[in-house]
Amino acid sequence: MTEINVPEMSLVVLVGVSGSGKSTFARKHFIPTQVVSSDFCRGLVSDDENDQAATSDAFDVLHYIVGTRLKRGLLTVVDATNVQWEARKSLIELAKEHNVLVDAIVLDVPEEVAIARNEDRPDRNFGPQVVRRQRKDLRRSMAKISRDGFRRVHVLRGTEEIEAAVVVREKSWTDRRELTGPFDIIGDVHGCRSELETLLRTLGWEIAPGGTGATHPEGRTAVFVGDLVDRGPDSPGVLRLVMGMVTAGTALCVSGNHEQKLARALNGRKVKIAHGLQESLDQLAAEPEEFRRAALAFMDGLISHYRLDGGKLVVAHAGLKEAYHGRASGRVRSFALYGDTTGETDEYGLPVRYPWAREYRGRAMVVYGHTPVPETEWINNTICLDTGVVFGGRLTALRYPDKEIVSVPAEKVWYESVKPFAAPGHRDPGVLSIGDVQGAKHIEVRHGGGHIKIRKENSAAALEIMSRFAVDPRWLVYLPPTMAPPETSRLDGYLEHPAEAFAEFAAAGVTRVVCEEKHMGSRAVAVLARSPEAAAARFGVVDGSAGAVYTRTGRPFFADTTELVDRLRQACTPIMDELGSDWIVLDCELLPWSAKAEGLIRSQYASVGAAARTVLPEAVTVLEAAAGRGLDVGLLLDRTRRRSTNAARFRDAYARYCWPVSSLDDLRLAPFQILACEGRATAVLEPHSWHLEMLSRLDDPLIVPTRHLFVDLTSEESRDAATAWWSGLTAEGGEGMVVKPLGPPDGRAQSPVVSGAGPELPVEAGSGANTGPGANAGSDPGAGATGQRSRVQPGVKVRGREYLRIIYGPDYTESLEVLRHRFLGRKRSLALREHALGLEALSRLAEGEPLWRVHEAVFAVLALESEPVDPRL
Amino acid sequence: MLTISTTVRPATDLGFLLHKHPDRVQEFGQSYGMARVFYPEADEERCTAALMLDVDPVRLVRSRGRSTPDYTLGQYVNDRPYAASSLLAVALGDVFRTARTGRCDSRPELAAGPIPLEIALPVLPCRGGPQLAHRLFEPLGWEVEARAVPLDEGFPEWGDSRYVGLSLRGEVRLADALNQLYVLLPVLDDSKHYWVASDEVDKLIRAGESWLAAHPERGLITRRYLGRRWALTRTAFARLAEIGDDVEEDLEPPVEEESAETFSVPPEEDAGALRDEGSPAIHDEMVPDGEAANRQAAPSDGAVDGEAVWGGGAVDRRAAPSGGAVDGAVAPSGGIADDEVTPDGGAGDSTRKRPLNTLRREAVVGVLEELGAHRVIDLGCGSGQLVGALLGRPGFTKVAGTDVSAQALAIAARRLKLDRMPDRQLERLELFQGALTYTDDRFAGYDAAVLMEVIEHVDPSRLSALERVVFGTARPVHVIVTTPNVEYNVRYDFLEGMRHSDHRFEWTRAEFQAWAAKVCGEYGYHVAFRPVGDDDPEVGSPTQMALFSAVNAANAGKFSGGGAENAARVEGTVNAASTARVEGVVNAASTARVEVAVNATGAEDAASAASAGDAVSAANVANAGNIVGVGGGDD
Repeated sequence: MTEINVPEMSLVVLVGVSGSGKSTFARKHFIPTQVVSSDFCRGLVSDDENDQAATSDAFDVLHYIVGTRLKRGLLTVVDATNVQWEARKSLIELAKEHNVLVDAIVLDVPEEVAIARNEDRPDRNFGPQVVRRQRKDLRRSMAKISRDGFRRVHVLRGTEEIEAAVVVREKSWTDRRELTGPFDIIGDVHGCRSELETLLRTLGWEIAPGGTGATHPEGRTAVFVGDLVDRGPDSPGVLRLVMGMVTAGTALCVSGNHEQKLARALNGRKVKIAHGLQESLDQLAAEPEEFRRAALAFMDGLISHYRLDGGKLVVAHAGLKEAYHGRASGRVRSFALYGDTTGETDEYGLPVRYPWAREYRGRAMVVYGHTPVPETEWINNTICLDTGVVFGGRLTALRYPDKEIVSVPAEKVWYESVKPFAAPGHRDPGVLSIGDVQGAKHIEVRHGGGHIKIRKENSAAALEIMSRFAVDPRWLVYLPPTMAPPETSRLDGYLEHPAEAFAEFAAAGVTRVVCEEKHMGSRAVAVLARSPEAAAARFGVVDGSAGAVYTRTGRPFFADTTELVDRLRQACTPIMDELGSDWIVLDCELLPWSAKAEGLIRSQYASVGAAARTVLPEAVTVLEAAAGRGLDVGLLLDRTRRRSTNAARFRDAYARYCWPVSSLDDLRLAPFQILACEGRATAVLEPHSWHLEMLSRLDDPLIVPTRHLFVDLTSEESRDAATAWWSGLTAEGGEGMVVKPLGPPDGRAQSPVVSGAGPELPVEAGSGANTGPGANAGSDPGAGATGQRSRVQPGVKVRGREYLRIIYGPDYTESLEVLRHRFLGRKRSLALREHALGLEALSRLAEGEPLWRVHEAVFAVLALESEPVDPRL
Repeated sequence: MLTISTTVRPATDLGFLLHKHPDRVQEFGQSYGMARVFYPEADEERCTAALMLDVDPVRLVRSRGRSTPDYTLGQYVNDRPYAASSLLAVALGDVFRTARTGRCDSRPELAAGPIPLEIALPVLPCRGGPQLAHRLFEPLGWEVEARAVPLDEGFPEWGDSRYVGLSLRGEVRLADALNQLYVLLPVLDDSKHYWVASDEVDKLIRAGESWLAAHPERGLITRRYLGRRWALTRTAFARLAEIGDDVEEDLEPPVEEESAETFSVPPEEDAGALRDEGSPAIHDEMVPDGEAANRQAAPSDGAVDGEAVWGGGAVDRRAAPSGGAVDGAVAPSGGIADDEVTPDGGAGDSTRKRPLNTLRREAVVGVLEELGAHRVIDLGCGSGQLVGALLGRPGFTKVAGTDVSAQALAIAARRLKLDRMPDRQLERLELFQGALTYTDDRFAGYDAAVLMEVIEHVDPSRLSALERVVFGTARPVHVIVTTPNVEYNVRYDFLEGMRHSDHRFEWTRAEFQAWAAKVCGEYGYHVAFRPVGDDDPEVGSPTQMALFSAVNAANAGKFSGGGAENAARVEGTVNAASTARVEGVVNAASTARVEVAVNATGAEDAASAASAGDAVSAANVANAGNIVGVGGGDD
């Protein structure tokens, strides 16, 4: 029995004459989708699998399919004769282009077997001379096929051997996805043994006597990013320690460029002695021959990169772009060891490196070293741990999965850097890529389940709004979702009423809701940092601003919001203190309405009011005169009188929300939710009672409290009280109220989480808010099926009778029957989707995900806002 | 509501003239509600007929067609039920159809001649204010009383509404009065609830037969009545010319009344003016049907179309990243066109002022040809004016246009007749949506990128992202940037504030040059400057242009005719450049690198760069411009 090993991610090229049994072999050893056959492709482009005239187009298609599969990392088998060198060469090139290994399996059957098989097949009407010619080609190929560029050529001779062969899939060396850590990933050591030992002890490691190994009592695994050697005082000592750890299985190590070069030098190859290589060679010369050999074997055996923890973590010396993860080729190794070099050198003679991390969009965290940086900095889920210990900087480790940085200072400057590495790093300006937002998207959301589809047209519309009018995307960490009204009320004189809202939540199994006063102003999101420095550190905004206040479509509230931001930062300092965060994001309503909407109010609302209030009294006079003449205008007169009253009420409705604003003192802000702070997406984690309680501590004349009432939906009395409260609010001119399930929108309240770590939120819906700090709610019973729970609105708005005149027109109360035919389905679906995206953005923000990830979700909210929905809902 | 009174004896004869009995309440169903005619007073001395249109706004919204032009119809909060708009005009035309013809079998002599009439319209939407009502009605023999209706007495600071209470008194033939109202109500409102189709010309001609041709405001009336459809307006002019005298002549300039007389709107403000009117000047196929994003976009880029709104094809709607800004086709009163700078330099032909946007486009095309650029991308191409000009020159082998507005691109595709473009030309063209604040591979690989009147539409805080995207990532060999020179704004008579309401900033020459120097320092480019348009000795040219060229020697030798002569020119130019200006740049520049480079500028740097060959292009343009900030620490 012949065992054939093929790499898990590779291209397998079958070689054999027509009738050698390639298709049968492929069918037996691979799943159908892994096999791409030339006959099939010929059929695709000509409707005839044997149409030789279609061969050229057929191979174009075959290459396209194979290339696409390889790009996606799929094992692919090419079923074609491949007896000619040119055919194999193009496939080998295709594999190399996608950085996967390529094996050949040669099926060598006697000529008469092949001819006989072809004769048995009615569709193969070519004569035996074809097989003979192919065999001649194959024979000629076999002499030098091993030099074609295949990793391995497996040759199966005769039908028996072919019959008996077994194909085994081989895992890639770089694939250590089964290791889940926890890991301590350690940056470039460069022979600084003493600092390494200090760092390991700081991390809780116990170092074996003689420095020949180390173990962690909690079973942690160390991962070295390479460049253990050169420049520093004790490269052999570092090697000894790391080799011991790797041998004992307590550490992994990838190759650095310095190991590669040192190994070449030790192997007697000609290398330029520079960059501290001499120090290593001298130090190793003093070691026993046996150690030198072991060290050489160790360094020779280091591989380019590791994929760890189910693919969520990639470690490579100089980093690795996503397309190369798990791949194998000279190009991949070169990237992993040297980075994305442009081929140029800078003024210090060092290679210029392309900032690949800025464009990185992969889901895997990439940890690397190679380029000394003064401070570690997360760039798109990648981090460089080389903090230049040998140049007098620090030796740094990253604790995974906690994302905690631990470092120890250099004991001295061991080696002078040719380049002043301590110069302030050029901060990434947070430029996003068009691919982050354009086109159709499926955004994965953790709350509300699954993914949300964004249509291409909606992205296109949002792109214009976003790039022309929105604030800096670094501030734009959230956009509020739309909110639906409850089912339309049948109650005489009402379009909306609390009864439907309560009924809706009660039916969904919610027992506790909060009713929050709905201030009539403009929705505002306030992103506030303690200081410009905190803003720079957390949001990457370096223009000296410390926050932003923007509208529900992301536009800045005023030309200059600095004063407002400063005032709010001041006011919110106690909350930031309590939350232990240097920043918070608030969801608010900014008053008066006229502050932002005066143009609209004047052109739309006040204009209509002026026209109505001028013409209707005149119409009443004219009608009265006609009635006085005995004309039959009674009904019309009554109706016109009612409309005249409606016009006055309409005017009062909008006028209530307007007052002149000449300075900050005329503004009011009514915050009702703390959306997020460092490490915590509080909008996800905390019940509304917590938010309202925290916000009630704000003490500034600018801040208006949000009045609210907790309601027990199981109690008739409690519902009645809330209805009465709503009637009172709206009677005095209030817009109405928002009814929300009290608990965290998704799942139970979590205990506070340590900074930087993302909590795993339960995907399945939990019930009420009883466990949340400060929750004075009772316990919700099981709340029905989990799937159903996700359809529960995060909140519904119940708007007042008078307020609705602004929405539906002064005389809407005359047409209630018609207006009751309104369709809420789309609005409600939109509200759910936008809400899920909003929470997703906040979770990504709180967990420190890269800007593009936050922006993706925020952009999606704006895109959904361009869906056509009745704007009056 | 509208009332018509007369004091003719017997006044009740009004009933005969209107064909409506004074003692009855008559109802006439209209598409959006009910029109009623009744008489609040009817005796020998005085008789008043009232036409009351009861519009149901809910019905208006629900029955609204997808392409209804007047977007206010889509709002439940709508003034149509209250104001005397085109709805009332249509009702009037319908209800008094016979009276409008002047036919009255029972009182023919009364119908044929003028009678004392009083007409009252308590709420008449009047864009142009009370004085426009005077201008339109007084020439027709009316004594006009027009009172502005305040917006809200509780908020006196909001001022007056767009409505006037109108009373007309005069001796006028009733049929004429009705026809005048029929035409002038929608004209004053400047909005119609239905699409203007070609039969409107017939309606206008018929209704205006006896009075329009002689009306001093016939131009305004015709244009507004026809909803600014220029082609229709031309037809109407021609037909009017047959009726009246030489009307066509004085109707020719497409935009005269608002900008020059009534509103004093500066030319570049045209789009803003349209927007403020509340009439969405969006072309028919482009009407948003209520989607939120469009709705948000609409207020600030209302005037998108090139063909229909101001017509004539001379309109440039580029001004990109949006479809928003409009370079009017009108020369500003300050006189943008200067014969010295017009490429064809037609001496003496000073009556033909050339629009700034044309000069700008020609200047950009000229510079691109001078640079020998073959592959060009227009970043913020708007409706594709420059793209079209470049496609017309075979030397440009690849022409790309990108804009953030999908609507602008759709218009560009239509203007360029993409669907009929031959393959060979189509291969040279690329049009796609993109935003300059997002890095985009599709921007890369061009000899030159053009940012024509684009940067001033980007928030200052987002400029660094644009710089990164264009100069850092796309890295074309040349970048041409034009932007308004704010110093020139004093030459525009009516301009207040910025030239366009979407401009986030307008720079002085020093500010522009400081910015350019900073960009050069950061990304390794040289820059030279050129004026576009009349180069005023005091305030400079209306448009300023910067030519950036990559320092990277990759393109060295690409431009022939370099060598010593050009180097010398650079030297001369730099020496001649005002020291004060260079110093200003240095002071304004924030990075040390730029400062060093500029301090060192003098002749040596520039000259040495030029002799190396890579600044030759800069040298070529240095004749016209002045080199500032030969930047780039990478030299």
